[in-house]
Amino acid sequence: MFELTAEEWTAIRLSLRIAAVATFAALPFGIATGWLLARKDFWGKSLLDSIVHLPLVLPPVVTGYLLLISFGRRGFIGSFLYDWFGFAFSFRWTGAALACGVMGFPLMVRAIRLSIEAIDQRLEAAASTLGASSIWVFATVTLPLAMSGLIAGMVLCFAKALGEFGATITFVSNIPGETQTISAAIYTYTNIPGGDAAAGRLVLIAIALALVALIVSEWFARRAGQRYHGS
Amino acid sequence: MLRVDVDKQLGAFSLSAKFEIAHGAGALFGSSGSGKTTVVNMVAGLLRPDRGRIEIDGDVLFDSEARIDQPPHRRGIGYVFQEGRLFPHMNVRANLDYGRWMSGRKRHKAVFERVVELLGIGHLLARRPGGLSGGERQRIAIGRALLMQPRLLLLDEPLASLDSDRKAEIFPYLERLRDEAGVPMIYVSHSPEEIRRIATVVVLLDNGRVARIGGTEILGASHSEFA
Repeated sequence: MFELTAEEWTAIRLSLRIAAVATFAALPFGIATGWLLARKDFWGKSLLDSIVHLPLVLPPVVTGYLLLISFGRRGFIGSFLYDWFGFAFSFRWTGAALACGVMGFPLMVRAIRLSIEAIDQRLEAAASTLGASSIWVFATVTLPLAMSGLIAGMVLCFAKALGEFGATITFVSNIPGETQTISAAIYTYTNIPGGDAAAGRLVLIAIALALVALIVSEWFARRAGQRYHGS
Repeated sequence: MLRVDVDKQLGAFSLSAKFEIAHGAGALFGSSGSGKTTVVNMVAGLLRPDRGRIEIDGDVLFDSEARIDQPPHRRGIGYVFQEGRLFPHMNVRANLDYGRWMSGRKRHKAVFERVVELLGIGHLLARRPGGLSGGERQRIAIGRALLMQPRLLLLDEPLASLDSDRKAEIFPYLERLRDEAGVPMIYVSHSPEEIRRIATVVVLLDNGRVARIGGTEILGASHSEFA
C-alpha cells in the first residue's frame, strides 16, 4: 500500500516546490503590507485591508477566475509580462505558485500584522535615539521582535498553499508534472475507477505534511517566546 | 549649552517652556504631569514641538521658522528612559554596543571597559535583559546611552521604577557618571533629594510653564509644594 508511484512522487515534489516558492515570494509583500496595516494611517487603509482578506472569503474559484483574466496569457497583466519578458503564468507551475501565494497571503499578513502591533514602539524610539535610522530600526528591532509572527505567517501560508485546490485548478488547470499538486491528484484519483488506493496514500501524505507544519510553527513560536523572557 | 524655547499642545495640556542650561549637570524638576518628559522628548527628537527652537552648543536641532527638524538618530543625544527600554532580543553586550554599531564607529576597548567598570556591569554582559533586576537593567540603560558617546545625556526619572534599596545602589554610579564621564546631563525627576545630589542648575516646571530657574536652593522653598 505504501509504495508510491512515480506520478504520486511528482505530485508531492511539485506541491512542496509550489508551496515553498509561493511562501517566499509572498514574504516581502506580506511584511510590507503587515507593517503598513499595523503602523500607518492612510486614506484607503480599510479598503486595502479588505482586498488583502478577500481571498479568504471569496469562493476560491472566483479568485482563480480573476487570476485567469488578469494574469492569463490574454489577461491585461499576463499579456504584458509575456510580451515584454516572455514570462507566462497560465498552465505553468509558476501560475500555481501565484494562485497559492494569493490564497495564503491573508493568513501571512494577519500573523505578521498582529506580531508588529504587539511590539512596544518605545523600544523603536529608544533605538532611534541611539543613532538608528528608520530602516535600521526596522531591521534590528522591529523585524527580530516580529520574528515569531513572521515564521507563524510563513508556516500558515505554506500549509494553505499545500492544500490549495480551487483557485489553482481554475487558473492553471490540472496537468500532471506541471500543475498537478497533491490536492489535484487526489481529486483526479477519486474520479477514476480503482484510484482509491492512490488517493488514500496521498491523503495520508497530506495529513502528515499538515501535522509537521503545525508542529514546526509551534516550536518556532515557543522558541521565540523563550528568547525574550529567559536570561 | 542647551537652549530650549518650545510650545506644544497635547490635548488639554499646553506646554510653553523657555530655558537655558549651561554645561554640567542640569535638572528638570516638577510634579508628575508638569511636562518634564514632554520637554526631554522634544529635545531628543521623539516629539515635535508646535513652535519654537532647540539648540545645543550652537547646533540647531529644531527651528519651526527655519523648518529645521533633525531626526532623533542624528541628534547624538543619549536618553535613559524611566523603564530602561533594553532590547529584549539582544544580550547585554549587544545592547551596550548598539549605539556604536549604529554610528559605524570602531570598537574602542578602553572606552567600553571604562563604562562597564564605572557601572559595575561586567558580570552581566552575556545575559539577556529579561532575567535582570530593575537596578541592573537601569545601569545597563545608562551604559548603553553613554557608549554612544552623546553630546548630552538625558535621564528621565531613571530611578522612579526602583525601590529605595535599588535607588541607593544606583546613586553612587550616577554621581560618578557626573564627575568622571565628562558628558553634560539633564536629570529629570520629581524628587528634590535626587536632584540636590546630582544637579547644580534646576529648571522648575509647573503645569507646562517654567516657574523658576536657579541653583538647588530653589528646591527648598518648593519642597512642600511639589514633592
